[in-house]
Amino acid sequence: MRLFPRRLPKRRHGQPRILVPFSGSLDETVLDAAIRVAKAEDAVLVPAYLLVLPLSLAEDSPAHDQVKLAMPLLEAVEHAALRAGVPVDARIEKGRTLTHAVKRLWEAEDFDRIVAPAPANGREGFTPKDLAWLLTNSPTETLVLKPAA
Amino acid sequence: MAAGVGKTYRMLQEGRVALEEGRDVVIGYLEPHERQDTIAQARGLEVVPHLHTQHGTLELNEMDVDAVIRRAPELALVDELAHTNAPEMRNEKRYQDIDEILDAGIDVISTVNVQHLESLNDEVAELTGVRVRETFPDRILEEADEVVLVDLTPEALQERLRAGKIYKQDRAEAALLNFFTGENLSRLRELALREVAEDVESRRMHTILDPLSQQAIAERVLALVEPQPKSQRIMRRAWRSAERLGAQMDAIWVRKPGYTPTEEEQVSLAALRRLSVILGAHFLEEEGESLVDTVRRVAYERGTTYVFVGTPDESRRREVLRGSLLSALVRELPGIDIRVVANRAERPEPER
Repeated sequence: MRLFPRRLPKRRHGQPRILVPFSGSLDETVLDAAIRVAKAEDAVLVPAYLLVLPLSLAEDSPAHDQVKLAMPLLEAVEHAALRAGVPVDARIEKGRTLTHAVKRLWEAEDFDRIVAPAPANGREGFTPKDLAWLLTNSPTETLVLKPAA
Repeated sequence: MAAGVGKTYRMLQEGRVALEEGRDVVIGYLEPHERQDTIAQARGLEVVPHLHTQHGTLELNEMDVDAVIRRAPELALVDELAHTNAPEMRNEKRYQDIDEILDAGIDVISTVNVQHLESLNDEVAELTGVRVRETFPDRILEEADEVVLVDLTPEALQERLRAGKIYKQDRAEAALLNFFTGENLSRLRELALREVAEDVESRRMHTILDPLSQQAIAERVLALVEPQPKSQRIMRRAWRSAERLGAQMDAIWVRKPGYTPTEEEQVSLAALRRLSVILGAHFLEEEGESLVDTVRRVAYERGTTYVFVGTPDESRRREVLRGSLLSALVRELPGIDIRVVANRAERPEPER
């Protein structure tokens, strides 16, 4: 049987926005959970790949090598969300550290909730210290999701 | 090479020569540093008034980019290319202001010290022990029609410093002990000479290549965006193709004259601008009654070879009444490849 292309969900004005900041990779269980939260809240999912720009580069330098890693991952996250019927508005953001990058995002845009992956052994991404900072400084409700073991 | 070697003076000299040759020249921005020689050299040249902004107790002067573009001279003299603008300015850096002036068809002569060049930032920090915070991308130097080295021996520069020709006496003494040591100045001079020599060599290689072949192989990508979430994907997809093609990338948003974006659209636009900085793309905002006409003009001005456009949100009725955007682009942009960026999540499930 051939299925017809689905109509994609359109973003409505004033819809809640859920930020999912990540770097390196995004665990599938974390992504599934974030999508479920977005669906339950009828929210727009904002997956944001965070880049760390070394101090040797100016802040407005392009980050080609890191962007190359971010692109396919963001596409995969977008597909997963759209296939689940959740509207997506993806971002790439950079900063001197991961927390600097995420802070830039919430300074530039409003979010109703942040869903952050907890640190996983041997994986890139937020450290326990970053998460403590996030929970202390985040301007909105923050949910930390544990990746699969 | 360093502050005080006479860059601003030389820029003004070039401006005066151009003026005497009958060109329409203005000073877009001048940092005279109360140096009498410089002030004298600027006399007789029209100055576009600066913008004054208050930052805490500090009053800051910035270049009024819009006023320079409105004045539309043939040549604008803009001092201190690596300068960081006051926070409320449209662009973060002066070189971005200069990009806008160049895009308006105005020639620019500017000044900069070698230590501000981004690719030399580490080397300068290592050689001099001073990390320079204000940097500018190397592409600016590569895109310049001509690079002129304003050279002075370290001894002569120190002499000028001692004579109070660069800074006031108290600041000059501190400078001589810190950044302006003979050793630092010699190293910076060497760096500057090397950079200019490399630039000359690279230009020589460019002229050896047949200009027609260059034109035939040069690719440039233009992504058509709107303040909408899907535009992030269009820009990312266009960037990936640009990378594969070794092409420069531009992104353009065409807005109707007088249209003010909603708050939500402004957030989307800011996010697109931030993305274009990360991707090293040029973000253009153009006003135009007709999207297709504006894209056609910009595409030919910038030498675009590929246009990336998202799947249009047109209804069938609108398409029948007004014609399809894609057909219009294909018709109006002969010689340019058009690629429609689909949403891959919309692909039908495979038959089982």
